[in-house]
This record gives sequence, structure tokens and C-alpha cells, in this order.
Amino acid sequence: MKELSLNILDIANNSVKAKASKIEICVTESKKDDFVSVDIADNGCGMDEQMLLRVIDPFVTTRTTRKVGLGIPLLRQQAIDTDGHFDISSKPSKGTKVHADFRLTHLDRPPIGDIASTVVSLIFASPDIRYIYKHKTDSGSFMLDTDQVKEQLGDIPLNEPEVITWLTEYINENLQCIEGGKI
Amino acid sequence: MKSLEELRAIKAKMQNSVQLRGVEDADSVIRVVVGMATCGIAAGARPVLNKFIEEVQNRGLKNVLVTQTGCIGVCRLEPIVEVIMPTGEKTTYVKMNPDKVAKIVHEHLVNNRAVEEYTIGNADK
Ligand SMILES: Nc1ncnc2c1ncn2[C@@H]1O[C@H](COP(=O)(O)OP(=O)(O)OP(=O)(O)O)[C@@H](O)[C@H]1O
Ligand code: FES
Ligand SMILES: [Mg+2]
Repeated sequence: MKELSLNILDIANNSVKAKASKIEICVTESKKDDFVSVDIADNGCGMDEQMLLRVIDPFVTTRTTRKVGLGIPLLRQQAIDTDGHFDISSKPSKGTKVHADFRLTHLDRPPIGDIASTVVSLIFASPDIRYIYKHKTDSGSFMLDTDQVKEQLGDIPLNEPEVITWLTEYINENLQCIEGGKI
Repeated sequence: MKSLEELRAIKAKMQNSVQLRGVEDADSVIRVVVGMATCGIAAGARPVLNKFIEEVQNRGLKNVLVTQTGCIGVCRLEPIVEVIMPTGEKTTYVKMNPDKVAKIVHEHLVNNRAVEEYTIGNADK
């Protein structure tokens, strides 16, 4: 993937498919400690141990139509390729946690990219899911909880284009404040 | 700096139009479906989806429903978008990008003329 924010969209879509009602996305950038990390946790259907072993096996796929690996092996490979780490844990009917970190100054590390776009795409596609998005940098942190957005909106759906546009600006403004998402 | 309270103003402004959408005839809805599996996302589906959302808002197209789906099935032609008219007639657009979206919104969604050159039938020409 060209941007980490695209990996995030892809991995969070797994959580959507797993029927999660709550998805937490946490991005941490630290120039000080030279890493970028991404954590995605959901309360969806989860996986048993056997399935878990299968999904982290890189590029094992029964499909012949793909030009890129499946979402999880792809993220894992990208993390490992930049001196980072990957971890996935899951419990059937409890949920799944995916962690990936990357060495910030590694030449092959993809940029974070348009993270606001990723978050609003997710909200747009499944407005009933509670999304909690946290972004931390050396200079501060920002959090968006769609439950708080819903509180303000009442019966107006979250995926009205006007709301989506506002949320995009809101996220970008807040990221700017903490100098986030620019690396 | 924006605060979440601003959403209340949006809410107040929208309440009427949302009600309108509610009573709108389901028979007039145009569906736009964007393929967002891993390969679609890698090929650029996200900016395509966002451009549709933006155009639909800017033009106030209340009868257009933008949604996403997983794999549509032809990786090398991603990003793929399907437009389904109220009649059920389906057009499949391939190798999409935001510029193509602008044209499709104008020609197809507004003026009801499919943009032949972007369709799957013309993909290898
Ligand atoms: N959060 C999750 N909860 C439950 N099952 C998951 C989760 N993430 C992945 N899985 C399981 O692991 C499989 C592999 O996931 P992966 O993202 O690698 O590929 P995919 O989702 O099947 O296809 P693609 O991402 O290319 O559209 C999924 O099909 C699903 O069965
Ligand atoms: S996996 Fe590529 S179109 Fe479905
Ligand atoms: Mg996936």
C-alpha cells in the first residue's frame, strides 16, 4: 500500500466484516523514539487459534486473481520490511487486535497519508459502528469518538455527506494542531 | 478551531432535507457501489469513494446513494465502480480515478448518459 492510512482502512474493513459494533484505531507517531505504530481493535466475531495461524502465514492464498497479498500479510510484511513489528491476537466471539509498528526513519516506510479520509470512509460506510480514533504525536493527542458525534447529531445520520465533509475538516484541523499525519 | 458543538448547527439546517429524503420515492434512487477490497484500496478506491461523496454533496444529489462493497472480481481493472439506475440497469466502470468520477457524476448521474469510454466493455481498447 502507498499509505499506512490505506492499510488501516483495509484492516478496519476486516473488523466491519467481522460484525464489530466498536472499532478502535490508534495511531502513534514518535520522532523522539523513531517509530510509527498502528493499533486496530474490534469486538467482532474473532478467530480461533487455527484460523489465526492461517491468516498470518504470508501470502498463502487460495485465490489466483490477486496482484497483492491479503490485507493482513501485506501489513505484516510492510512492518517487518521497515524494522518494525507485527502482532495479531484474537478470541472467538470477543474480538481481534492488530498491531503494527514501523521505523519512522526507514527509507521504505510508507507515509501515513490521508488518515482523515480513511476514518470518514469507514464512518460513511458503516455509520452504526462506534469508531474511536486516537492519534498521538510528540506534541499532543487527539481523539474522535463517534458516540460523541451522534450525541450532537441526534437523529441525523452520520453518513450524510454534509456531516462527512465536516468531520474530514474537523479531523484535519485537529491533526494539524498536534502536527500529526504529516510524516 | 472546530468543536463538536458545531454539529448542532448542521443538524438544525439538515432536519428538513433529511425528512424530504425519507419520503422520497425509493424508485428514483441511483446506487453507486465502490469496490473496497484490499486490491481495490491498493489501486486507489478510497479517493474515488471520497470524490463521489464530495460531488454528491456539492451538487445536492439527494437521489444518489453511495455505498461500498468488497471484492467485485477483476483485480487488474480496479478501482471498480458500479452505477445502478432506478430501472435496474447496471454500468460497470473500471480503472477509476477522481477525474473520471467528476465526469461520471455530471454525465451519468445528472444527465443520465453512461460514459462509455470508462466502462468495462472498453477496458482493453
Ligand atoms: N478483525 C477480524 N475479525 C475476525 N476475522 C478476521 C479479522 N481480520 C481478518 N479476519 C479473518 O482473516 C481473513 C484474512 O484477512 P485478510 O484481510 O488478510 O484478507 P481478506 O479480508 O479475506 O481479503 P481482502 O482483505 O483482500 O479483501 C479474513 O477473511 C477473515 O476470515
Ligand atoms: S480480489 Fe481483486 S477484485 Fe476482488
Ligand atoms: Mg481484509
